[in-house]
Amino acid sequence: MPDGPRFGPMAVLGKPEEEKQAPETTPLITRWKLVPGWVEPWRDRLSAWGKRTRFWRRRLLLFLAVVGPGVITSNVDNDAGGISVYSQAGAMYGYALLWSLIPMTIALYVTEEMCARMGVVTGKGLSDLIREEFGFRPTFFLILAGLVVDMGNVCAEFAGVAASMQLFHISKYISVPLAALAVWILVLRGTSRQVEKIFLAACVLYLSYVLSAILAKPNWLEAARDTVIPTLHLDGGYLLMLTALIGTTIAPWQFFYMQASFVEKRVSARQYAQARMDVLFGSVSCMVIVFFIIVCTGATLYVSGHRIINDAGDAAQALVPLAGRGAAILFAFGLLNASLFAASILPLSTAHVICEGMGFEAGIDHKFNDAPIFYSLYTGMIVVGAAVILIPRAPLQKILILSQVGNGVWLPVVLIFMLLLINRRDLMGDFVNTPTFNVVAWVTAVAVIILTLVLVYVTVLHPSAMPGTSG
Amino acid sequence: MLHATDLLGGEAYDRDGHFVGQVNELFIEPADQPNRVARVLLGRGKFLPLIVRYDHIAFVAPGVIRLNVEEKDLEHYQPNEAWLAMRKDLLDQQIIDTSGRKVVRVNDIDLAEQRVNGTVELRVTQVDVGLTGAARRLLHGIASPGLVQGLATKLPTRVIPWEFVNLIETDPLRRVKLRITHQKLERMHPADLADIMEALSPFERQSIIASLDEETAAEALAELDKRLTTQIVETLAPQKAADILEEMEPDQVADVIADMTPERSRDVLSEMPGEEAREVRELLKFEENSAGGMMNTDFIYVGEAATRDEVVAWIREMDVDLERLDTVFLIDREAKFSGAVAVGRLLFAAPDERMESLKMEPLLSISPDAHDKDVFALFDKYNLHSLAVVDALGRPIGAIEVDDVVTRIRHR
Repeated sequence: MPDGPRFGPMAVLGKPEEEKQAPETTPLITRWKLVPGWVEPWRDRLSAWGKRTRFWRRRLLLFLAVVGPGVITSNVDNDAGGISVYSQAGAMYGYALLWSLIPMTIALYVTEEMCARMGVVTGKGLSDLIREEFGFRPTFFLILAGLVVDMGNVCAEFAGVAASMQLFHISKYISVPLAALAVWILVLRGTSRQVEKIFLAACVLYLSYVLSAILAKPNWLEAARDTVIPTLHLDGGYLLMLTALIGTTIAPWQFFYMQASFVEKRVSARQYAQARMDVLFGSVSCMVIVFFIIVCTGATLYVSGHRIINDAGDAAQALVPLAGRGAAILFAFGLLNASLFAASILPLSTAHVICEGMGFEAGIDHKFNDAPIFYSLYTGMIVVGAAVILIPRAPLQKILILSQVGNGVWLPVVLIFMLLLINRRDLMGDFVNTPTFNVVAWVTAVAVIILTLVLVYVTVLHPSAMPGTSG
Repeated sequence: MLHATDLLGGEAYDRDGHFVGQVNELFIEPADQPNRVARVLLGRGKFLPLIVRYDHIAFVAPGVIRLNVEEKDLEHYQPNEAWLAMRKDLLDQQIIDTSGRKVVRVNDIDLAEQRVNGTVELRVTQVDVGLTGAARRLLHGIASPGLVQGLATKLPTRVIPWEFVNLIETDPLRRVKLRITHQKLERMHPADLADIMEALSPFERQSIIASLDEETAAEALAELDKRLTTQIVETLAPQKAADILEEMEPDQVADVIADMTPERSRDVLSEMPGEEAREVRELLKFEENSAGGMMNTDFIYVGEAATRDEVVAWIREMDVDLERLDTVFLIDREAKFSGAVAVGRLLFAAPDERMESLKMEPLLSISPDAHDKDVFALFDKYNLHSLAVVDALGRPIGAIEVDDVVTRIRHR
């Protein structure tokens, strides 16, 4: 083994190490004397502060190194379809549905945390794990269901782009192709780091809903009270809206995307605590935004009696006379941000699911030629999604209904597979569910499954009664 | 040609035509023969499962196996870790394709029939990782065999011959029982091996590193993503980590150790021989983004008065990586850096020509505290292959090679 510099022939005469002395360097003190006297005490204070906060700064840096997948996945939950449902919830029932936000945050956190844990500990995506443990056919059908559901959602996202730009009087024939192109270039050209940064910026832009809500001048005390104290109405429409809220919040594509993000980011089991914090932060921030959306429409549309709106685009338009153009613009901007954001992530998630499950190369960090199927799937979904919106009289409602039905098939299976996998000691080692967590997780899963099946039942039999899909 | 999908779930009949059980699993015994189907597991519902040996099989067809013995001649099933199970350990699992140098997932397994002494033996020929295998798995039992076969001929095939299949097994004891060796991996280029390792899960990566010899492990780790290298080294036992790190260049070791927690890096450094540990500690003193953080302490220098023949003879005796040798540094009588000679010049120099007449102009060196941007600028401006790093006295303490520069620039 080479051990450093070797002397060749004509070795050196004398012993240089001892003879010469290091040349005089300018003493540090002299340099500082060139700086004004008042700087010194500040430097001391800064270094003292630095020493005290070193522990917290180090924790913050460790956290910042990991944060990303949790925040992004949770926030993209508030996509065009989601915002439509939340706007309708506020418009039709005011603050009466706010109490469901806290249970939903818990449900979201519990399910997402399991995926984060699996990704961090096993280093494999959810589709990979399902293939390895449950076989080829179940994986194939999950992929098929996922494709149907996600395709419907992607159409809904481009519909959201079209609707939000409508407020600025830009025709959908300009906004949708531009949006499709932007989203396509981002993923094709960007590295996973760049893309993550852009997505995190998009998450920050969701704050426009906070501003929009403030401009709507709601009664904050009433909203706060309704968030904490449940008020259960027993009419059909109310219960349906409740199930729609749950259905739009817990979506399987999030699980696949979150696990794949943690794997691609190479977060190790040692960083599990930071990953969990990322998921917690994400779920809470997602529900906070939902709160502001509901409060915004609840304080304006509900109060003024303008209770029937079809989707988020309608909500933005209706805000103009009620809360001013500023609020409406912020709302529409939030919708545009959410739609673009989701239009990039949903096809990504689907492409990951399909490629992992079928054994093709996947990941943004690959070049096109290294992962041709991954990128082709992504491109295909964007093209079809945008095309559906541009075709006049496209059957968007039917597509959304089909998507809902697919979700009803997909969600229970994925949740059950997840719960089975997370309890396998040979996969997860010491990171299996604790008994308490298992109880919470199973209760959450069963509740969500029942509600989703109810939603599917109603969607198939009474499509016009469905929130978010009324034509 | 038969496929594992065709046989699994099929029915087994004994010599007299009575139904014995359902084929649940096919086993290979690598310790005995690496590709023969040695045992077949028959499930019988409520009853205990039975094992069929390879010499009990008289006839095989998709969905059917006929034995040449009676049911009472079969043994009861006892789990055996030395058996490789096709359904559990191979199908849908990831394996390493040592000829294609990547990690792939098994869709189906192709078998060939061989008549031996009146019985039929099944041998694994190749593993199907493409669409034909996927289609067969999907449609088996649903569509008619003719339809499946017809579809399979139209789809593109991707297969890997069995001898190029390297199994991934995380349990070291089972690895021994299954005779899993990584000789083919050790012959691969380290960059390809690193690619394969990046496609695996953390457990699998650890198990591969643990089973490679230290030199190959070190070469692969050097090519791996830095985050993964740190994760792997931290998880290894300090002694094993030190053994592997000893095989790496000191500057690479410094890079890995710099990212580890202080306690772990102390543990590993204390297991390394004093000389190497000292060198690494010296390098750790420099900032990562400085010339000192990029340099390699392993370089060659000779006196400027040496002749070409002397230098060549001396290099021949040394343990030098000839693939990476392109510059020889010169020092004067006070051990100060005095120039660099391209190895190409040595080819055509006269046997007694002195080194100082072969040196390159201009005389370039850099201090270890210099910013890495300055290093990049020098390499670009003067089209360098190596740059000497000198201490405050002008003595050479390290060399920066162009491949270090390329790696650094890519990761900015």
